[in-house]
Amino acid sequence: MLYDLVSKRYTFFLISALAIIPGFISLILPGGLRPGIDFTSGSILTIRFERDVDQASMRQAFSDLGHHEAVVQRADDGTYIIRTTPLGAEGRDESGNVVVASERARVETDLSNRFGPLTVLSFDQVSPIVAAEIVKNSVFAVLAACVGILLYLWWAFRHVKESWRYGVCAVLALVHDVLVVLGIFSILGRIFAVELDALFITALMTVIGFSVHDTIVVFDRIRENSIRHLGEPFEDIVNHSLMQTMGRSFTTSLTVLLTLFTLWLFGGVTIRNFVLALLIGIFSGTYSSIFNASMFLVVWENGELGRLFGRGRRTETALARA
Amino acid sequence: MSDQRNNIFIVFVFALAIASILVVWPQKPSNYLPDVIPWPKSEGVHLDWADFHRQGFRLGLDLQGGTHLVLRADTSKVPFGTDVNQAVDGVTRVIEKRVNTYGVAEPIIQRRGNDRIIVELPGVRNIEEAKNLIGKTAQMDFREQKTVDGKLDWVVATAVGNDGVEKPLTGQYFKKAEVGFDRAGKPIILFEFESEGAKMFGDITKRLINKPLGIFLDNEPISTPTVQQQITDRGQITGSFTIDEARNLVIQLNAGALPLPVTVEEERTVDATLGADSVRKSVVAGEIALLIVALFMVLYYRMLGVVATLALLVYTLVVLAIFKLIPVTLTLAGIAGFILSIGMAVDANILIFERMKEELRSGKTVVASIEAGFARAWPSIRDSNVSTMITCGILYWFGSNFGASIVMGFALTLAIGVIASMFSAITVTRSLLRIIVGRRAVLNPALFGMPTARRLEPAGVQG
Repeated sequence: MLYDLVSKRYTFFLISALAIIPGFISLILPGGLRPGIDFTSGSILTIRFERDVDQASMRQAFSDLGHHEAVVQRADDGTYIIRTTPLGAEGRDESGNVVVASERARVETDLSNRFGPLTVLSFDQVSPIVAAEIVKNSVFAVLAACVGILLYLWWAFRHVKESWRYGVCAVLALVHDVLVVLGIFSILGRIFAVELDALFITALMTVIGFSVHDTIVVFDRIRENSIRHLGEPFEDIVNHSLMQTMGRSFTTSLTVLLTLFTLWLFGGVTIRNFVLALLIGIFSGTYSSIFNASMFLVVWENGELGRLFGRGRRTETALARA
Repeated sequence: MSDQRNNIFIVFVFALAIASILVVWPQKPSNYLPDVIPWPKSEGVHLDWADFHRQGFRLGLDLQGGTHLVLRADTSKVPFGTDVNQAVDGVTRVIEKRVNTYGVAEPIIQRRGNDRIIVELPGVRNIEEAKNLIGKTAQMDFREQKTVDGKLDWVVATAVGNDGVEKPLTGQYFKKAEVGFDRAGKPIILFEFESEGAKMFGDITKRLINKPLGIFLDNEPISTPTVQQQITDRGQITGSFTIDEARNLVIQLNAGALPLPVTVEEERTVDATLGADSVRKSVVAGEIALLIVALFMVLYYRMLGVVATLALLVYTLVVLAIFKLIPVTLTLAGIAGFILSIGMAVDANILIFERMKEELRSGKTVVASIEAGFARAWPSIRDSNVSTMITCGILYWFGSNFGASIVMGFALTLAIGVIASMFSAITVTRSLLRIIVGRRAVLNPALFGMPTARRLEPAGVQG
């Protein structure tokens, strides 16, 4: 069975656009992403109390301690996760002697006075200087990955005519996936206060790697078929290649998505957002490698870029964004 | 590959799998495996050759609990004419000495970039104490009272050293310091000077008989006794210390003062119970993931799926053994990366199998299809894995740049997984398939997950 997928390419672009646009709007509006303390600085305190503590009195406690900004979350098991601005360091004189106990120590004492014995399960604090560097490095890492992949593909496909197009189209597809993940997390941030941390960047990079991984399999087949079926229309070659690799793409993604879903269910709350980012990204990566990356090649080959901009507003955004 | 070489290879893979099981087998199997079956308990394999005597996996701070600090040395305080790089190295060395004497198992103290120092203290939960021990400059000096601008003030006491130059007397001339107790049972610090310091201390105490001597730590007086007689090599400091303070001070005096003041830029503590919980959950998730992937492969590809599952088991065992032997520090994200790689490891298998089915459809024999499947699938396996390795490399760099061991752990485990999966999916699967086909046992396409039940002629079966 041979479906003509290539001729429906604009439908697939439209689907991508519909998936990206809501998230993209949320992204560019003020407060687009909810950065966690890794990117903005601050403290996260996870505390378990021996007896049950209600959320209102916990909020009150932090208010009394001068942390009106504190975000108090109660986990299922009664554990509290509290986000505040960076807790002050212990007071030190010029030479480094402690003269005032650190704010964290004072917070802990106050909380145990109010609510009884407690265990600090984890404490994370990032200073603004480090946070600024993490932001800079994250952006740089994502860009470096794109450039690295572009160059590698250009080289790997050097025997095909205009090999650099393959690199560019693969990168376009991965930008598509990055935008889908960022967009959805922007919306999740607005609705469920999901914050981004350094692990999110890790997930994003993995999605980039996987997206290209998938795209390459299709491109590889196009490369092989272009040599074997010299002279056939490019659209037909791409369509054949897509049909031939489709089974593999779905099966591979299915095994990866199954693993991720297991992790999401059983892996614990700590990495749930990380796994969610991977799930969304890899789903998007499968879609974009089949329905976007090779379609871009066709659009480019046929010189349809000009025509594309004449079409509906939404399709235009699809390409501009993707 | 000849039949014989193929057989030898299979034996090798089998031996590798057995060896990996021995390395990986946990001390308490019931923690990780369903306890319906009475799994043999094992002390773990004691590998006593060379450096290997590790029994468990090396766990990151997020899994075993502990304290992670990122310190920054204040390089603006580097004395004129001193190399900044050397000064920061000096800070790192002093911190290392302090941590080692404090008695933390397997601490990590690493310099990162220009002025950062990463300190990881497994098992340490008292972050305040850790920060005091590490972050304090601990510059001790001896002072005398002099009139400066008509005011009585403490001035650092100087004496002529062995080189004939007049120098201030500081803690750097200590040979060693230790905690002692006075008659009332209160902790005191006993110190001993090395020869040059003893000579200088002798000179100073001689001229200060019946006058006060100030012992200052980081510009704060900790004790100001009146000198009774000339003292040379040994002395004691009676301050108002708690035992812990005295112990830390002794560690600091023995390790030396920090050449530069440091500030804490990032701190993370994890409680050990939280880590243990994460480990348990990850292991369960990994086992279920492995089962689901295996089940899927067998249902979808039948006999090929069984072969792929065997290869996947070899993959899992070998990678875990590598993690244990290198050892790779496993973090929560790292384990997630490994579990993800279980899903990705079958990718090469799927590529090959799909290719084989295509070749079968085009009318090739089973044996020819297997060989063509491997040959044709190779370029895309290679290219796609290189792209993953590129991102792993960048991620590792990204993580190491600001000391995020979580990110580095993920990149490393994923990279090891990708490399090992190429080995398992290609070589192991191929050898197993050659054995099966060589035995002429099964040549029914249905066993390859093909729709037809047409029996293929075993033509050209030479292996």
